[in-house]
Amino acid sequence: MSAAGIWLTVIVIGALTFALRFSFLALFGRGELPGLLERLLVPLPAAVLAALVVPALFYTGGSLDLSLSNERLVAGGLAAVVAWRTHSVLLTIGTGMGILLLLQVVF
Amino acid sequence: MWLKHDFFSGVRDVAPILLGIAPFGAISGAAAVGAGLSPEVAFGMSVLIFAGASQLAAVQLISGGASVLVVVLTAAVINLRFMMYSASLSPYLGKLPAAWKALAAYLLVDQAYALAVSRFASEEGPREEPESSRSRGLYFLGAGSALWVVWQACTAAGILLGARVPEGLSLEFVIPLTFMALLFPAITDRPTAAAALAAGLVAVAAEPLPLNLGLVTAAAAGVLVGMLAERKG
Repeated sequence: MSAAGIWLTVIVIGALTFALRFSFLALFGRGELPGLLERLLVPLPAAVLAALVVPALFYTGGSLDLSLSNERLVAGGLAAVVAWRTHSVLLTIGTGMGILLLLQVVF
Repeated sequence: MWLKHDFFSGVRDVAPILLGIAPFGAISGAAAVGAGLSPEVAFGMSVLIFAGASQLAAVQLISGGASVLVVVLTAAVINLRFMMYSASLSPYLGKLPAAWKALAAYLLVDQAYALAVSRFASEEGPREEPESSRSRGLYFLGAGSALWVVWQACTAAGILLGARVPEGLSLEFVIPLTFMALLFPAITDRPTAAAALAAGLVAVAAEPLPLNLGLVTAAAAGVLVGMLAERKG
């Protein structure tokens, strides 16, 4: 691809990405959301967040690992208890990273 | 005094999360120049697109000789999730002036969405008041700006120095841990718990899907199960 072609590609991706991000924020400013959409949005944050977390614990190096030798699963499971009890980002990161490093050093 | 307290609460709350995105920014900068793109394009990409996963995919495809159409479509599909985030935040930020919303949209990355929605969904009180809408907007812009500054700085460092992220430290694990801490406040009742459980299970099964489609599929499944649980009461 030529230099101009690469710039064009980057600009078009940037514009499309912005359009996706702005879409609903731009459309639903003044009026209310349609009823069905509003109901769909209630469980969405919990669903998205769970989907961002869970695979990162069960997959290591691109393959599924359900065993206890999966360090991320063990560290993540213990961090989940801290996350549940404290809701603290800092304590959750501290617990998860601390246990992961410990397991990597020990085993 | 227009920079009131809420902007800085956003900056403060996002601080631990910055640790997770820093190495990813450096990697995306280093990958772009490593694949033969000029430093100007590598940095321009990071400012114009500001979405790491799609930037890495675009770099890989461009260096592999793919056509403009293929690169653009691939990046757009990877970024479809932002439309979901936009819808999810619109009840909270929708009433702000258009310029604020455009700026918020530009800054709408995974971490900013997760932090903001976790806080907004768990707080009590009316959504409609202009005052609370403003305060949420400032909080979001605070978190988003901090993410932006750190991301651009780390991308620039990656372009100039290459990425020498210490491998043994597993810093990328900070990212799912962040989302984990933000997940629990978003689980407020039985339907949201059912949604999280279903989405988590489907996400594991759908992980092999390309282009981040596993995330969108899992979120859709979670929403469906959450709505069914709501109906059953």
